[in-house]
Amino acid sequence: MALIFYGVFFIKQKKNIRTLARLTLLTAGVLQTLYILFRYLQTGYTPITSQHETIVFFAWSVTWAYLSFRWRYTVKNFGAFISLLLFILLLLAAGASHTINPLPPALQSWWLPVHAGISVISYAFMALAFCGGIMYLLQERELKNKRFGYFFTRLPSLDSLDQLNSHCLATGFVLLTLGIITGSIWARQAWGAYWQWDPKETWSLITWFLYAAQIHQRFSAGWRGKRAAVMAVIGFASVLFTLWGVTFLLGGVHSYAQ
Amino acid sequence: MPSDMILLLGVNHKTTPLAVREQLAVGKGYEEPLHALRSIAGCKECYLLSTCNRVEIVVVAQTNAQVEEDIAKLLFGTSVAPEQRQDYLYIYRNNEAVHHLFMVSTSLDSMIVGEAQILGQLKEAYRHAEEAKCTGPVLNRLLHKSFTVAKRVRSETQIGASAVSISYAAVELAKKIFGTLENKNVLLIGAGEMAELAAEHLVGQGVSKVVVANRTLSRAMDLAKRFNGTAVSLDELFSQLEQADIVISSTGAPNIILHKKDVKPIMHTRRNEPIFFIDIAVPRDLDPELNDLSNVYLYDIDDLHNVVEINKSARDKEAVKARRIVDEETLKFQNWMDGLSVVPTITALRKKADDICQAELERTLSRLQHLTTNEQKAIEKMASAISSKLLHDPVSFLKNESCKEQNEVKVEMIRAAFGLVDKD
Repeated sequence: MALIFYGVFFIKQKKNIRTLARLTLLTAGVLQTLYILFRYLQTGYTPITSQHETIVFFAWSVTWAYLSFRWRYTVKNFGAFISLLLFILLLLAAGASHTINPLPPALQSWWLPVHAGISVISYAFMALAFCGGIMYLLQERELKNKRFGYFFTRLPSLDSLDQLNSHCLATGFVLLTLGIITGSIWARQAWGAYWQWDPKETWSLITWFLYAAQIHQRFSAGWRGKRAAVMAVIGFASVLFTLWGVTFLLGGVHSYAQ
Repeated sequence: MPSDMILLLGVNHKTTPLAVREQLAVGKGYEEPLHALRSIAGCKECYLLSTCNRVEIVVVAQTNAQVEEDIAKLLFGTSVAPEQRQDYLYIYRNNEAVHHLFMVSTSLDSMIVGEAQILGQLKEAYRHAEEAKCTGPVLNRLLHKSFTVAKRVRSETQIGASAVSISYAAVELAKKIFGTLENKNVLLIGAGEMAELAAEHLVGQGVSKVVVANRTLSRAMDLAKRFNGTAVSLDELFSQLEQADIVISSTGAPNIILHKKDVKPIMHTRRNEPIFFIDIAVPRDLDPELNDLSNVYLYDIDDLHNVVEINKSARDKEAVKARRIVDEETLKFQNWMDGLSVVPTITALRKKADDICQAELERTLSRLQHLTTNEQKAIEKMASAISSKLLHDPVSFLKNESCKEQNEVKVEMIRAAFGLVDKD
């Protein structure tokens, strides 16, 4: 099923017909929603546990975060970058195991959709900030070097990218904080302690500090532009590591998805 | 007439620092200096052009060094010592003067080659001179010619395209940095011709505020009025930079006026709000290293040229073409000038009469075959006597020494009356 999306996204990449692209993305968003619902009915729990499910859910969040953003602001050709990211995500999801594992008892709680859902959605906003950051860096490089290549006319203005960065960061950061708090409450219930320095928790905290520093600097010292874009990229790298790197490389009690 | 010459004296952005140009006595207004010029002994026609980049005086005057000296004195006033004048002043005579004036009108001599503002300024200067009754047949012709040369260059070469596209490019770049230009502030440093053009483009894009900073406040005020803006002095530059989003610099300063170390603390107070510097001055006003600061974007005139992808060789080619047109027109004007003097006019007049006599004689004599050679000769004699008697008065009118001052007028009149108009 997800394979259909790839095809659609790929065409979208090729075509610059905007409205069509937007409609395909919207359809893709709806289809993803249906897919997640379908999976929910199939498994009987919120599908954010296995690697495949997480990525699909992540892609779904990115899609809807983008669409909600798109509804309020216009950032030229942002969709193209987002759909490239989505394409990669869904490709990963297709590669990951589709098997449905029985839910471990620790996860059988209504905290699962709340904690995991909020966290992944916050990551989705960070992903938007990341895409915006990459676009900013590309555009800024062209403007500084005064050599205008392929991207110059296709990329939006620096100011709109910077705004995107600030909005995504603010939304993402609030959600990230909520994600950590709910996780901590759930941990108290499941493992008996709010915080136990599990690698995943530690890395979430590192990510949180990275973003906190960035937000603080932006609003107090006026960090904007290139520095903010670089920070968004670094922050997102940390997000990715928290999401997958920790599970595969460091393990810990938090690693459920195999 | 041969004793009269066209004389052009001036200072411009290439020869004279702004600080000196601003102290020139003729810097303000037209009426007074024109009046003063007219009263210089030996000066028959005069004209004055005063823009922010140049002050030029063209006179038609009797050949003597005293006139040059008097005009220079008038131009510089008391601000510059006579010994120093040589460093700044350029003097062109006759052909060279015509050539230079055409170079100016076609904007080949401008800071930004190809900008169109200069033609308007030239026309305005001419209007002032005409109203003050300072121009005569030579300058009328010369200035009108300079306008048509400018138009010819504009239509036959691409030289104007680059100047327009530069300000267009500046707007496009600004849009890539700021998105929309609404609610953005523009700061003009120096009130140059090109800055005006670029500012015009920006204001057309909805820029909210224009501030003009200039050494002389009165000029800044003139320009600011055009854009409903405010004028400040250069001392306030740094505080103005804190609020400006787009800065266009075009002063004629010989050195860099804004260094990296000056702008760095300003970026801090601006909380890193992006700022776009456009340096269209030659030589540069702004430190090229400004571009290394984050959120500072600096483009100089060459960068803008690169943006519009008019490479230098193509531009040079257009300039060469334009220069050829100027040379051509200078030559044509020279021919006309030569025609203006008395002797060639008399020659032309006699030649015309002779030609007519010859043609008529041939036609008549061919029908009167029976005439003897002597009779034929008598008729030929009569024809030439009639023509030379007819010509006697116009010729002596031309040669009349008593009203030599009006030679040009007389020559023009006779040439027109006898159909000796040149083909041009």
